[in-house]
Amino acid sequence: MIARLIEGVPRRALALLGALLAALVAAPLVASDYLLTVLILILYFAYIGQAWNIMMGFAGQLSLGHALYVGLGAYTAASLNVHFGIGPWLGLLVAVPVAALAGAFIGFLAFRFRVAGVYFAILTIAVAEFARVGFDHLSWTSGSSGLFLPVAQFTHNDLWHLRGHPVMFYYILLAAAVLAFIFCRALLQSRVGYFWRAIREDEEAARSTGIDVFHYKMIAVVISAAMTSFAGVIYAFYYNNLFPEQVFHISRSIEIILGPIVGGIGTLFGPILGAVVLTGLAETLTAALAAAGIDLPGAKQVFYGICLLLVITTLPDGVWPWVCKRIGLAERNK
Amino acid sequence: MPAELYLNVAVGGVLTGLVYGLMALGLSVIFGVVRVVNFAHGEMMTIAMYIAVTLFTAFHLDPLVMLVPIAAVMFAFGYVLQTRLINPFITRPEYSQFLLLVAVAIIIVNLLLIAFGPDAQNVQTSYGYDSFQIGPLIIDATKLYAGLAAIVVAAALFGFFQYTRPGTAIRACADNYTGALVVGLDVKHLYALTFGLGAACVGAAGCMLLLIFDVTPAVGPAYTLLAFVIVITGGLGSMPGALIGGVLIGLTEAMAGLLFTPSAKSMFAFGILVLVLLFRPQGIMGKKTS
Repeated sequence: MIARLIEGVPRRALALLGALLAALVAAPLVASDYLLTVLILILYFAYIGQAWNIMMGFAGQLSLGHALYVGLGAYTAASLNVHFGIGPWLGLLVAVPVAALAGAFIGFLAFRFRVAGVYFAILTIAVAEFARVGFDHLSWTSGSSGLFLPVAQFTHNDLWHLRGHPVMFYYILLAAAVLAFIFCRALLQSRVGYFWRAIREDEEAARSTGIDVFHYKMIAVVISAAMTSFAGVIYAFYYNNLFPEQVFHISRSIEIILGPIVGGIGTLFGPILGAVVLTGLAETLTAALAAAGIDLPGAKQVFYGICLLLVITTLPDGVWPWVCKRIGLAERNK
Repeated sequence: MPAELYLNVAVGGVLTGLVYGLMALGLSVIFGVVRVVNFAHGEMMTIAMYIAVTLFTAFHLDPLVMLVPIAAVMFAFGYVLQTRLINPFITRPEYSQFLLLVAVAIIIVNLLLIAFGPDAQNVQTSYGYDSFQIGPLIIDATKLYAGLAAIVVAAALFGFFQYTRPGTAIRACADNYTGALVVGLDVKHLYALTFGLGAACVGAAGCMLLLIFDVTPAVGPAYTLLAFVIVITGGLGSMPGALIGGVLIGLTEAMAGLLFTPSAKSMFAFGILVLVLLFRPQGIMGKKTS
C-alpha cells in the first residue's frame, strides 16, 4: 500500500515532505501563540482546499458553495451538543452524513438535468445562500443571533469533548491535513481518480468510453462534501460561536477555493501551498500596514486583491507548478 | 382593503424588478458575447451609485439627470477593464476567470470602503415622498421614474443591437466567433465594446436603484448574486429574458417581504433559481442548446 503510494515520487520530493512534516509536528514547541493561530488557519484551509480540489481539480466540477458543507457540519455538531449534550465525535457521525446528503442532493439534481459549468457553479452558490438565509430564521439554531457553545476552560485538554488549548486543535487539523493528502494521493492512483480526470478533460469522450459519468461525478461531490463537513465540526468547537451570516456567507466559499486555485488546481500540493501563501500574505499585509502606521479599514484587502491579480495574471496554472519547475521536481499527478 | 395592499406592493415590486432587470441585462450581454461571467457586476454598480451620491451631495444633481454621463464613465471603465485585464483570460478555464473577477471585486469593494466609509448613504430628492394615485393604486414616484428609466435604457440597448452596424457586428461575434474573425471583424474591440455596454447598463441601473435603496460598499456582492439569479431565471444570454427575470424576481421579493418577513425575501429568489435550474436550465426565455 505504502509502496504504491510513493511509487514514482522523486527521492527529493519525499525528503522534502518528510522535512516539512517533521517541522510541522515540532512547530508548537517553538511557535508563539500568534504564530500557532496562523498555522491553525493554514492547516484548516489546506485541509478544506484539498477537499474542494477533489471536486474541481480532479473531477472538473466547479463548486462555489463549499461554505454550505462547512456550515452544515458546524451547525449539526454544535446543535447536537447544545441541545442534547452529544460530544463532537458522535456529532460527527451525524454531521458528515448530513453534509454528504446535501452534496448528493445538489449533485443528483444538477447532474441528472445536465446542469454544468457556470450553471452548476451558480446552483452551488444558490443552495449555500438559501441555507444562509434559512439558518437566519431557524429558531432551533438560534437564527441570526448565533449559536454559542459553552466556553472552554483551559485547565486540561479534553480530546473527547474537544475542549482545550489551541495546540490540540493544531494537531487535530495537522492529522486531518496529512490524512487528506494521503487519501487524495490514493484517490488519484485509483480507478476512480483516472475516471475523474477523464471526465474533467472531456466529459463526452469519457461517456463514450463507457464511464458512468453521473455515478463518478456523484462520488466526487459526496466525498468532497463529507470531508469538508469534518472541518466544519472542528470550526464550531474551535471558535465556539456560529452565525449564519459568517459561516454560510459567499465570501467563506471564496476563501476556501482561493488556496487551491492560487496553489495549483488539480495538484496534491497546490491546496497546501496556496493556504500557506494566502494566509501568509494576509498576515504579512496586516503586520506591514501596522508597521507603516496605516490604519484604514479595507487597505489590507485592496493589497490582497492586487496580489491575487498579479498571481493569476503571471502564474495562470498556480504557484506550485511554477515552484516545481524551479526546484526541479516534475509534478507527476497533473 | 388587503387586495389593494397586495396590488400596490406588486406594482412596486414590478417597477423595482425592471431596474433589477436592467442591471441583469448588463451581465447577460457580457456573458452572451464575451462568454465571461462578470463576478464583479454588483460591485461595478456600487461604483456608479457612489458617483451619483457624490454628485448629488456636492452639486444637487439628480441621479436620473446624471444617468447618461455616469453610464458613459462606466462604459469607459468596462472598456478598459476588458482590454487591459479580461481579454487575455477569455480562453482560460472558468475558475481562472472567476478568480480574476473576484480579485477585481475585492479591490472595488475595499477602495470604496476607504473612500466613503462603511455607513449607508442615500439621496433625498424633492420627489422622494411623492406618489401617484390611479384609482385604488398608489405608486411611489421614485419607483415609477426608476422603472420607466429602466425601460427607456433597455429599449435603447435593444435598438443598438438590432439596428446599428456595431450592434450587428457584436451579435455576429456572439453567434460565431470564428466566422466573425473570418469576415474581418475586430473581435477584441467588439468584446471591449460589449463589456463597456454591460458596465454602462449596470451603471444606469445603479443611478435608478439609488432612488429606491441606500448604498454601502458591502452591498456589491449581494447585487452580483441577485444579477446571477435573474439572468439564469430569464435565460443566460437572452436580453428579453433578463428583463422578464428581473420583473419576476422583483415581484417575488416584494410579495415574500409582505407575506413573510422582509429579511427572508432573498430565500425566495434563490428558491426560484433552484427550481428554474432544475426544470428549465436554459431559463425562461433561453434557447435549448445541446
